[in-house]
Amino acid sequence: MANFAKPNVPQFSVDVYQNEYLPEGGREVNAIATVTATGGGTVGGAGTTPHLYAPGRGPSAAVAVMVDCSGSMDHPPTKMRNARDATAAAIDTLRDGVHFAVVGGTHVAQEVYPGDGRLAVADATTRGQAKQALRRLGAGGGTAIGTWLRLADRLLSSADVAIRHGILLTDGRNEHESPQELRAALDECAGRFTCDARGVGTDWEVKEVTGIASALLGTADIVADPAGLAADFTRMMETAMGKEVADVALRVWTPVGAKLRFVKQVAPTVEELTDRRTEAGPRAGDYPTGSWGDESRDYHLCVEVPAAGLGQEMLAARISLVVPQPDGQVTNLGGQGLVRAVWTDDMAASTSINPQVAHYTGQAELAQAIQQGLDLRKAGDFERATAKLGRAVQLASASGNADTAKLLSKVVDVVDAATGTVRLKAKVAEADEMTLETRSTKTVRVKK
Amino acid sequence: MSQMPQQAALAKCPSCAEPLESGDLFCGACGYDLSVVPAAPEDHPTLTMTGSAAPGDGVDWPAPEPAGSGSTQPAAHRAADVPGTDSGGNALHHGEPAAPGVRFDRRPEPDEYPLQAPDPRAPAGPAADAAAPGGSDPAQVCVACRAGRVDEDGYCENCGHAQPRERDRMERESGPVAAVSDRGLRHHRNEDSFGVAHTALPDGSPAALAIVCDGVSSATRPDEASMAASQAAVDTLVAALPRGTHPQTAMHEAIVAAARAVDSLAEEPEAAREHDPHQNSPACTIVGAIATGGLLVVGWVGDSRVYWVPDDRSAPPARLTEDDSWAAQMVAAGLMSEAQAYADERAHAITGWLGADAYELEPHTAAFKPDRPGVVLVCTDGLWNYAETAQEMAEVVPADAAARPLHSAQVLVGHALDGGGHDNVTVAVVPFPAPSRGAGSA
Repeated sequence: MANFAKPNVPQFSVDVYQNEYLPEGGREVNAIATVTATGGGTVGGAGTTPHLYAPGRGPSAAVAVMVDCSGSMDHPPTKMRNARDATAAAIDTLRDGVHFAVVGGTHVAQEVYPGDGRLAVADATTRGQAKQALRRLGAGGGTAIGTWLRLADRLLSSADVAIRHGILLTDGRNEHESPQELRAALDECAGRFTCDARGVGTDWEVKEVTGIASALLGTADIVADPAGLAADFTRMMETAMGKEVADVALRVWTPVGAKLRFVKQVAPTVEELTDRRTEAGPRAGDYPTGSWGDESRDYHLCVEVPAAGLGQEMLAARISLVVPQPDGQVTNLGGQGLVRAVWTDDMAASTSINPQVAHYTGQAELAQAIQQGLDLRKAGDFERATAKLGRAVQLASASGNADTAKLLSKVVDVVDAATGTVRLKAKVAEADEMTLETRSTKTVRVKK
Repeated sequence: MSQMPQQAALAKCPSCAEPLESGDLFCGACGYDLSVVPAAPEDHPTLTMTGSAAPGDGVDWPAPEPAGSGSTQPAAHRAADVPGTDSGGNALHHGEPAAPGVRFDRRPEPDEYPLQAPDPRAPAGPAADAAAPGGSDPAQVCVACRAGRVDEDGYCENCGHAQPRERDRMERESGPVAAVSDRGLRHHRNEDSFGVAHTALPDGSPAALAIVCDGVSSATRPDEASMAASQAAVDTLVAALPRGTHPQTAMHEAIVAAARAVDSLAEEPEAAREHDPHQNSPACTIVGAIATGGLLVVGWVGDSRVYWVPDDRSAPPARLTEDDSWAAQMVAAGLMSEAQAYADERAHAITGWLGADAYELEPHTAAFKPDRPGVVLVCTDGLWNYAETAQEMAEVVPADAAARPLHSAQVLVGHALDGGGHDNVTVAVVPFPAPSRGAGSA
C-alpha cells in the first residue's frame, strides 16, 4: 500500500468545465473534469514527458516484465531477439533500488529472473545478471496469458512497495486457456498492480491486449515492427518510473435522488469507468484510475439530477481524488471539483453545449465509430462499415485528431473529410488495421 | 441516536411534496425513502413573509390625469413631462432612438464560468447589518430537504441544493428610510444592490437618502458592479451633504463616484475568471433620491426608477425619472406609443449605464419641491415591471408607507414576487419630507 510518509506524493487539482444552466425541468448535467497531478517528483517535468528520478530517489516500486516465449516468437527469429533486446533496454531504464522480475510466458509462466518466487533489487549487478538470464530465453510452447499475470501478481505482492507495475508483451492469441480463465485472472489482478500491454507483429488479438490494459489501468499499443520494441519498452519503463502514487480513485459524490449516468476517462484515452464503481459512503462512489505521475487526465461525467425550480441551484456532483486504504480509511489527495446545476428560463444559456463537453462527446463517438466500423468491415457489412468509418473521418477531422485521421486514411480513401464521404480501401495492410483499432481510443485535447 | 425512520415528523414528502400519512416509510407518489430524512426540528426555519398580498388586482383603475393639468402638482405625471434637469441645470436630453450604445439587461450568450462563490466581501457591503435570513450557523441544516448539513461550499450534503446567500434577500432600515432587495423567483443570484442612509444638512435639518443599483446581467460580475456603485454613491452623499453641498450637486457627484467605482472593477485582475473568453466590463444602473425638509432630488443612469406617491391618495402620483432605455427613447422621439414600445422585445435594452464600456457618462439629476407629504420609491425594473405606471405603483403602496417604510418595501417586493418575480426586485422607501425626529444621529 502507498506509504505517504514519503515526500513524493503529487498534489492533485481538479478543474471542471460545464454549462451549468438547465432549462425548466432539465435534469441532465454534463461536465468535463480535468485532473492534474503535479509536484510529486524531484524533477519538475510536468506534462507528457515522464521525468526520471535521481538514483536512489523516488517512490518504492516493483516491476514485472512478462515476455511472450511461445513458439511463434521464432517466426521470424528476429522477433525473439528483438523482444530480448527490448527487455534488456527496459531493465537498463530501471531506477536503482526498484524491485523487478522477468517472467517468460508460454502456456505456463516461468520465472526467468531472479527466480525462487523473489524479486531482484535493481543495481548494476542485478541488471547485468538479468540481461545474462535473458540470453537463455527461447521460443517454444503455447500462450496462456492468465498464468503470466498470476505469476506476476505473486511476485509483485512479495515486496512492500508503493507502486506495482507490469509490462506484458505478446505476439499471439491467448489460445491455451479459455477467455473465462483470462477474465478471472484479470479480475484477480485488478487493483493489485497496473499493467501496460503490447502486441508485437500482427498475429495477436487486439481486443485481448486492449482488454488487459483496460482491466489493469495501463496502456495498450501495437509494435508492428519488432525492431521498434526496444524504444517502446524504454518509454514504458520511463513512464512507470515516473509514477508517484498508486491506487488512486476518482471519488464522485452526487446528491440524493441523483443518478450518475456515466463516468469515463476521455483523455489521454477513452476508458469507460461507469461499471467499475465501488460504493464509498453515503451517495459517493470510487472509480479506479490506477497510478499517477506528473500528468493530467480528463473525465466526462453525466449526472441526472432531480429537477428543481427556475432560479434554483444545486450541486450535481463533487469530484475528489482519494487513495482508499484497506482499513476503510482514505487519503485525500487534495483538490476537488464542483459540478453545478442552475435552472434558468434563459434559453440561450440553457441550450448551449460547453465546448469541452462537445469535444469529448465527439472523441468518444470517434472511438466507437472506428471500433464499430472495423467490426462491420470484418463481418463483410461494407455498406455500414463505410458509413461508420466515414463518420469517424468526419469527427477526427473536425476535432483536429491528426494521429487518428492519419490511421484512418490507411483504411479508407477519404473523398471529403468534412462530410465524412469515404471509400473502403480494397487492400488494407493488417498492421494498419490493427494499429487503427488499438489506438482508436486515443483522444486529443480541446484546442484552446 | 435512533436509526428508526422518523416518518411521523413529516407532513409531506421532501422530494415531491406529496402529503404523507403517519407511518409511511416511502412516499406514495414518488417512492422517496423517508428513512433518510431525520425528524424536522421543532422550530421550523423562519420563512420570509412579504406582507399582505397586493390590493386592487382587477380594479378598474382611474385614468391618469391628462398631462399639463397639474402645473401646481409636485411633479409632472408622465415620464416625458418630468421637468428634470441635469446637474448643470440644462434640460435632459431626449436622445436619438438608436443611441450608439445599447445593451440588453439579459445574458446574450451563455457565460461559461459565471458562477462564483458568495462574494467574501459581501459582509462589508451595504447590507452588512441587514436582517438577512439564513445566517451563518456552522451546524446549519439545509433549507431545501432539512435533512442534510450544509457543507463549506454552501451546498447541502444530502440533496445538493444551494443554500440562500446573504444577498438573496436583504432588508435594511436607516432612520426614516428602508429598503428590501430580493433575488426573485427566476434568477439564481441577486445582482441588485442598494444603500440607505440618513444624515443632516449644515443647518441641522434632516436628509434621508437611498441608492439602488441593478447589475447588467449581460456583463461580467454584475453583482459586484451594483454593490460597488451603491456603496460609492452612498459614501459620497453621506460625506457631501453635511458639508453643505447642494443635494443636486451631491447627487451628480455620487453618480460620478459610483461610475468610477464600477470602472475600477474592470481593471481589477481577476485570476479566478481568467478563462472567461468574453470579458465584458462589469456594469450596472443607478438611481437615487435625497429627501430633505423641502427639497426632493433624484438622480439616475439606466432604467431604474423613482416614483412619487403622495400620502393623500387623491393627489396624483408621478414617476420622476426617465429611463435610459430603448423604449423610453422611442416614446420620447414620438416614434412609438408607450404601449407599442414596451411591448417590443428591445424595450428593456438600456442606453445608459455605469461601467468601463459606457460610451459617455450622463448622470441625470432633477430637483423637485413637492407641496405635500408622501413617499419616494426608488426601485429596479424587477419591481416596476409589475407596476409600470405611477398610478399602478401607488395602488400597491400601503397607506401608512411613510410611517412604516420597511413594511411598505416588503409589500412592494411581495407584489413583484406574486407577479412572477422574473427579475431581482429592489425598492427603497424614502418618506418626504425627511422627518426631523432623531435626524442626524439616531
